[in-house]
Amino acid sequence: MQDLNEIVIVGSGPAGYTAAIYAARAQLKPIIYEGSVTAGGALMTTTEVENFPGFAEGVMGPELMESMRKQVERFDAQIITDDIVAMKLSGDIKELTDGAGNTVKAKSVILAMGSAYKEIGLPNEKRLSGRGVSWCATCDGFFYHNQEIAVVGGGDSAMEEANFLTKFASKVVLIHRRDLFRASKIMIQRAAANPKIEFLINHEVIDVLGEGKVVGLKLKNTLTGQESVKDFTGLFVAIGHLPRSELVKGQINLNNDGYVEVEGRTTKTNVSGVFACGDLVDYTYRQAITAAGSGCQAALDAERFLAGH
Amino acid sequence: MATTKVTAADFEQVVLKSTTPVLVDFWAEWCGPCRAVGPILEEISNEHGDKLKIVKLNTDEEGAIAMKYGISSIPTMNIFVDGQVVKSIVGARPKPALLKDLESYI
Repeated sequence: MQDLNEIVIVGSGPAGYTAAIYAARAQLKPIIYEGSVTAGGALMTTTEVENFPGFAEGVMGPELMESMRKQVERFDAQIITDDIVAMKLSGDIKELTDGAGNTVKAKSVILAMGSAYKEIGLPNEKRLSGRGVSWCATCDGFFYHNQEIAVVGGGDSAMEEANFLTKFASKVVLIHRRDLFRASKIMIQRAAANPKIEFLINHEVIDVLGEGKVVGLKLKNTLTGQESVKDFTGLFVAIGHLPRSELVKGQINLNNDGYVEVEGRTTKTNVSGVFACGDLVDYTYRQAITAAGSGCQAALDAERFLAGH
Repeated sequence: MATTKVTAADFEQVVLKSTTPVLVDFWAEWCGPCRAVGPILEEISNEHGDKLKIVKLNTDEEGAIAMKYGISSIPTMNIFVDGQVVKSIVGARPKPALLKDLESYI
């Protein structure tokens, strides 16, 4: 590893890997910290991706990410399977420390840490996590053969998880606190057409019940305020994501929800030489293709910055 | 030492009757986070295997044991001492975090 690197990329979803491909092809010899357990990003726990252009028949999320990683490997980039645990971003020389305790220095940094699953925030949700409460249908669906389970959420990921879970479960109830869904029409139609999926709208989950494992949910009708209890053996939470910006909090500008703020249509943060892309920045589109696009922008912005310094 | 595979046939001998603490990694091939944490467990086993034995149980092949221990999310890493589950770690996490979780056994 050189003493002073041109560019370090933190994170490895479509944004991080795309930034690495562009930076490597620009001969900037990027180092990319892909994450020790989060390598590949959010797509690693999805199933089929049908809307990434170029894959006419669709592609499995993990396969797409494996393929992007291989594309990075073709060029002069160094992939490190570890996390960055501390960053010092001010000044001309940025210092980053990894999980193994090594420090790496760079003239520019691209932040692509993505987002983490959002929790509902119920006390028993955490206690019963791994005991019936799950955030990963592709990991845990298998354990719910012939059982009645609930999915909470109203976006594409909730629809996708509900559909996927019907492979195993006898019934999947999709609970949403409103009567309008954020999900795309095709995903809603697919869920509505699935005979194993039942919609429970205008309801929110107010407690998860069970001692050693989940046995039911306490629900509240958001229109009438009436509370009820329903039996379920599993709860899959798909209510969205939170940007993973804790590490840079206090060093660069974040908005009220914790997303990194960038300048106009660029990927520039308020700190010179620091760029941000992907789900860490984007609270609007949050797609694999938009993340990849912003990763490309970040590499080009960084390249221009380095040329001028 | 490297991690080893455990099955129903040797679970009692290897895990329940072990004189040292044993970490059982409940995992499956199709689980992304399980594959991510696999190499980390391998490293920890190489570094601390003398104090904490680490074994892997494939939940596809050994569904009955997974069910017996109420596994509903993977990876789940259960630590057994004297045949009893004394700690359960659910979900993949980075090596420093895992080492912290395991600090009283290594």
